[in-house]
Amino acid sequence: MTASVQARPRARRTLRPRFAPYLFSAPAVVLYVAFMLVPVGYAIWLSLRAYRLVGGGILGTRQDVFVGLENYVSVLTDPELLASLGRLAVYGLIAVPLTLGLALLFALMLDVPAVRAKRFARTAIFVPYAVPGVVAALLWGFMYLPSTSPFSYLTEAAGWGTIPFLENPTLFGSLANIAIWGGVGFNMIIIYTSLRGIPTELYESARLDGASEVQIALRVKVPLVMPAVVLTLVFSLIGTLQVYGEPATLQPMTRDISQTWAPLMTIYRDAFVTDDLPAAAASSTVLALGTVLISVLVLAIANRRRMEDAK
Amino acid sequence: MTAAVSPRAVSAPRRAASASRRGGILPTIVLLIGAVYCLIPVAWVFVATSKAPSELFSTFTFAPGTGLFGNLADLFAYGNGQFVLWALNSLLYSGVGALLSTLVSAMAGYALAKYEFPGRKLVFYGILAGVLIPGITLAVPQYLLLSQLGLAGNPLSVLIPVIISPFGIYLSRVYAASAVPQETIEAARIDGSSEWRIFRSIALPLLVPGMVTVFLLQFIGIWNNFLLPYIMLSDQSTYPLTVGLFTLLSRGSGSPALYSLAITGAAVSIVPLVALVLFLQRYWKLDLISGGLKG
Repeated sequence: MTASVQARPRARRTLRPRFAPYLFSAPAVVLYVAFMLVPVGYAIWLSLRAYRLVGGGILGTRQDVFVGLENYVSVLTDPELLASLGRLAVYGLIAVPLTLGLALLFALMLDVPAVRAKRFARTAIFVPYAVPGVVAALLWGFMYLPSTSPFSYLTEAAGWGTIPFLENPTLFGSLANIAIWGGVGFNMIIIYTSLRGIPTELYESARLDGASEVQIALRVKVPLVMPAVVLTLVFSLIGTLQVYGEPATLQPMTRDISQTWAPLMTIYRDAFVTDDLPAAAASSTVLALGTVLISVLVLAIANRRRMEDAK
Repeated sequence: MTAAVSPRAVSAPRRAASASRRGGILPTIVLLIGAVYCLIPVAWVFVATSKAPSELFSTFTFAPGTGLFGNLADLFAYGNGQFVLWALNSLLYSGVGALLSTLVSAMAGYALAKYEFPGRKLVFYGILAGVLIPGITLAVPQYLLLSQLGLAGNPLSVLIPVIISPFGIYLSRVYAASAVPQETIEAARIDGSSEWRIFRSIALPLLVPGMVTVFLLQFIGIWNNFLLPYIMLSDQSTYPLTVGLFTLLSRGSGSPALYSLAITGAAVSIVPLVALVLFLQRYWKLDLISGGLKG
C-alpha cells in the first residue's frame, strides 16, 4: 500500500466520475432541502400544534402543545378563508381562461405569414412581463380610480357617469385584468415559439386538401401546441393561487378589498398581525397542497388526452 | 412583408397564396389591439409622471403636465435618496441571486443530464415536484425558519432562498442533454481530464445560451418578487423597489404628493427592466420552455 501514499494528493485533485455527479448536484440538493423541504416540513409540524393557556387566570402560561388536526378543522371551517377561496375561484375563472385564450389567439395571429407590424406587436405585448405585479397593480389602480381613469373620463363625458372598477362585482374583472395584462405576453411567446417549431409541410398538405387558414389554425396548429398551452395553464393556475401583491396594492384605493380578500392575505395576517402561526401554517399547507393537486390533475388529464390521441 | 416570396406561399397553390395575403388584415388588427391594450398603462404612467401633484387629479388623465422635473427631484430626494437605494437593492438581489441560481442550476442540470448515478431519479423527481410547490406559499415557513436562525431582516434572507430554482434546474437539464455531446465528454475522459475540468472547459461554454435564459428568467422573477422581501425585511434601507413603492403607495392614500411620488417611482423603475428585456429578447431561448414538456 505504498503506492496509495503517492496517489492520494492526485486523487484529491481529480474528480472521479463516481463522485462527480453528487458534487455537481450537491449545492442544489442542499439548498432544495434547506429552503423547500425543511420549510414545508416545519410548516406541517407547526400546523399540528397550538398555543394553549395552561393553569388559567393571570398565572396561566402560554404553552406550545400538540393538537393534531385541530388547526386544519378550524381553517377548513373558517368562513373567512372559505370566502377568500371562493373569491379566488371567481378571479381565477376570469383570469386563467382569458390569459391563455388571448395568448393562444395572439400567437396564432403572429404565425399568419401575411400579418404586418409583427415585431412591434410581439414586443409591445411582451412588455408587461417586465413590469412587477405590484407596479402593474399601481398603474391599473390609477386607470380604475374615478378621478384619474381615462375610461371613466370618456363615460363621464358621454353622460353615463364613472365606471365602478374598484367596487364589487366589477372588482373581480378589474383584478383579473391585471393578471391577464401581466401574463398574456409571456404565455404568447411560449406558445409562439412552440408554433414555429412545427414543420410547415404539415400546413401545405392541409392546404392542398383545401383546408382554410382558420381550419388549419384550429385543426392542425392548436392540437400541436397543446403541450405548451398545458404548461402555461399550470403556471397560470399556480400564479392565481398565490395572488397577493395585486389586491394588497389596490387595497388603499377601495373599501371592497378586505384584509382577507385572498387566501395569502389571510395567511399573512395570521402570521404577522394576529400572531397565530399554527393557523398560518395550516392554511399555507392547505394552499400548497391544493396547488400541487390541481397542477398534477391538469397534467394527468393532459397526458391522458395525449395518450388517447396517439392511439 | 411580402408574403408572396416566402417559400411557404410560393409552393402552395395560388388560390391559397392570395387568400393568405388577404388574410393578413384581420390578424394585424387583432395584434394591434393587443399591443395598444398592453401599452396603455405604460403610456399613462409616463404622462402622469410629467404632472405636478396639483395637476394629477384635476387635468385630463392623458394630458401632459408641467411637473416632470419637480417629480423627479422629489423622488430622488425622498427619504434622503431612499429610492436610489431601493433600486440598487433590487439590482443586487436580482443580479447576485440570479447569477448564483444559474450556476447552481447549470451544475445540477449537467449532473442530471450527463451522468448515470444511484439516486439520480430521486433527485430529478424531487426537484421536478419542487416546480409545482408555489414559491410564495413557502415564504411564511421560510421566514419562521430564518428568524430562528436570526437571519430574518438580513438581506441574506431574500438572497439565499431564491438561489434554488427547480424550474431553472429542469431547464438546465433539458438544455445540457442536447447541448453537450456525450462523445466529447468520453474523449476528454480518455485524455485524462478531471470531471471538474470537463465541466469547466467543455460543458460550461456549451451551456451558456441555456444559462442566459435561466439567468434572465430568474433575474426578472426576483426583480418582480414582492411577498418574500415584504415578509423578510423590516428595515426600509434594505427594501427592493417593489416593497418600497408598495409602502409609498399604502402610506399615500388620498395624498396627491405621495401618489405623484409612487407614480414617478413606478415609471422610473419600469425603464431599466423593459430596456433589459427588449435588448436581450433575442438571446432568450424560450423554445427551451415550450419544448421542455417533451423532454
